[in-house]
Amino acid sequence: MTGLGVLMRKELLEQWRTARLPVVATIFLLVGLTSPLVARFTPEIVKAVGGSQFQIVLPPPTVADAYDQLAKNLGQFGALIAILLAMGSMATEKERGTAALILTKPASRASFLVAKLVAIATTLGVATAVAAGGAWFYTFVLFEPLPIGGFVAAVILQWLALVSYAAITFVGSTLTRSALAAAGLGVAAFIVLGILGIVPAVGRYLPTGLGGPARSLALGLPGVDVVGPTIAALVLIGSLVLVAWLAFRRQEL
Amino acid sequence: MTNVAIEARGLTKQFGSILALDRLDLVVPAGSIFGLLGPNGAGKTTTIRILTGLARPTSGSASVAEVDVGFDQPELRRRLGYLDQDPRFYGWMKGRELLELVGRLHGLSDPELRSRVVEMLARTGLTGAAERRIGGYSGGMRQRLGIAQALLHRPQILFLDEPVSSLDPEGRRDLLSLIAGLGGEATVVFSTHVLSDVERICDRVAILDRGRLVAEGPLEALLAAHARPIYRLVPAPRQAERVGTLVQRLRAAPWATNVTAGEDLVRVTVADPDAAAAAILPLVVAADVSLDSFERARPTLEDVFLELVGPASPDELDGRGFIRAREASPR
Repeated sequence: MTGLGVLMRKELLEQWRTARLPVVATIFLLVGLTSPLVARFTPEIVKAVGGSQFQIVLPPPTVADAYDQLAKNLGQFGALIAILLAMGSMATEKERGTAALILTKPASRASFLVAKLVAIATTLGVATAVAAGGAWFYTFVLFEPLPIGGFVAAVILQWLALVSYAAITFVGSTLTRSALAAAGLGVAAFIVLGILGIVPAVGRYLPTGLGGPARSLALGLPGVDVVGPTIAALVLIGSLVLVAWLAFRRQEL
Repeated sequence: MTNVAIEARGLTKQFGSILALDRLDLVVPAGSIFGLLGPNGAGKTTTIRILTGLARPTSGSASVAEVDVGFDQPELRRRLGYLDQDPRFYGWMKGRELLELVGRLHGLSDPELRSRVVEMLARTGLTGAAERRIGGYSGGMRQRLGIAQALLHRPQILFLDEPVSSLDPEGRRDLLSLIAGLGGEATVVFSTHVLSDVERICDRVAILDRGRLVAEGPLEALLAAHARPIYRLVPAPRQAERVGTLVQRLRAAPWATNVTAGEDLVRVTVADPDAAAAAILPLVVAADVSLDSFERARPTLEDVFLELVGPASPDELDGRGFIRAREASPR
C-alpha cells in the first residue's frame, strides 16, 4: 500500500476544498433537524392540508416516529448522496488523466483506490454524525432523549449502509470511464437491494437489513442481532474493494 | 547504474487490428538526451506510456533503470519522472501543493521537500503563481508545472512527451535549456515532432514511423549516414523566365533527387554530391541566371527525417491529419 497516507491526506483535502464535505454535511444536518420536526408535526400538517372535509385520526407522535423519520430520510437522501459522491471518484480521474499523474509516482493502485473510498466514507461519516447530532437534539426537545449509546450504535449502522451503497457505485466507477454509468449501477443496486430486503432470509444480511437492528438499538428495544448484519456489510464492502482492485490493477491509463 | 538506462526488446502494441508499435528494439544509454522523433501517430506516446507503466505491451518486454517494466510497480516509478503531452492536474490544488504531494509520494524529507519545491518553482518560473489554484493556470503554466513535478525528486530517467507544445517562444527556449542542462545528470527521453528542438538538445535520436523504428543512433552519425547535401540558390529579382528554365534543367539532372522552386529560393537535394558539385554552377551559367546567394547547406535532421519517413500521402492520413497506423498482419 505504497503512498496510502499521502493519498488519504490528499483525498480528504479534496473533499474539503471541492466543498463536498461541507455541502453534504449541511444537507445531512437539514435532514437530521427536520426529521423529528416532521414526525412531531405530522398530525397538524395532515389536519391543515385536509381541512375540515377530511377526518384522519393519527395516533399521537412518539419518539419512535422521530427515529423512524430520521432512518427513512437517511436511507433515501443519504443513499442518493453516497451514490453521487462515489460516481465520479474513479471514472473522472481516469477520464481527465489525473490518475495517470498519480500512478506514475511511487503509489500503488491499491492505495489509490483505498484512499478514495476512505475519503468518501469519512465524508459520509462526518455528515451522518452531524445529522445524528441535530436529530438527537430536536428529538430531545420535542419528545424525550433517545438512549445515547444505542443511538450512536444505530447511527454507525446507518453509516455502514451508506458506505455499502458508495462502495457499489465505486466499483462501477472503477470498471468504467463514465460517472453516469457508475451512478446507474449504484441506483440499480439501491433498487434491487430494496426489493431483496423484503425477503427475510436474505434481507437481514444486506445493507437494507441494517435498518432493523439499528432501530432496536436506537429505541433501546431488546433482542437485537447486530453482529450478523454488521459482518455481512463489512464483508460486502471488503469484497467490493477487492473487485475494484482486481479490475483497476489491469487497466491501462 | 549501468550504462544502459532503458532497454526495449520487441515491444509491440496492438489496438484491435491496429498495430501501433511493431517489435520495437531500443537501447537508451544512461545520461543521454534521447530524442524520440516521428510524425503524429508514429508510436512515440505509446512507447512512453509502456515504458512508464501506464500501458501494457501486447508482446515484448522492457526495462527502465534496471527495473522490468510492468503495471503497479512503485519501485520503477521511484526512479522516473514523467510529463504527459497534455498534463492534467487537480484544479482545486495550488501549484505549491501539487509539488508537495508529488514530493511526499517520492518520500522526500520535509526540509528537502521545502527546498526542492522552492527551487523547482523558481526554475520553471512559477514562483509568483505558487499560491494560485491550478485551475486558473494557462496551458503553458500547466506545462511548466508538469516539468517541475517531473524533476522534483531528481529522477534517474525523465520521460517528456511533447513537453514544449504549449509554450510560448520564451518558455520553449527556457525549457529546452533546462532539459539540455540535465545531460549527464539524468537520462532524458524527449518525444517531439519538432525537429529543430531535437537538433538543439538531443545527443541521440530514434525515428519512428508507423510503429516501426526506422533509424536510431547519435545525431551526428544519423546526419552523416542519411542526409544528402542540399543546395540553396537565391536568384536575383526579375528573371522568372530564366529561373524557370534553370529549374527544368535541374529536374532533368540525374544527380538531383528533388528540386523545389519558390519565388526567391531554389532548393536542390542531390543523390550524387560529386556529380552535383561539378555540374550545378555550369547549369546556372548556361541558363544565364544571376544569383544573389548560392550555398551548399549542411544537411539537417529534417532532411534525414524526410528521407526516412517521407511525407504521408493523403490516403495515409486519417480525419484528424494523423498518419494511420498499419493494420496488423494475420499471424
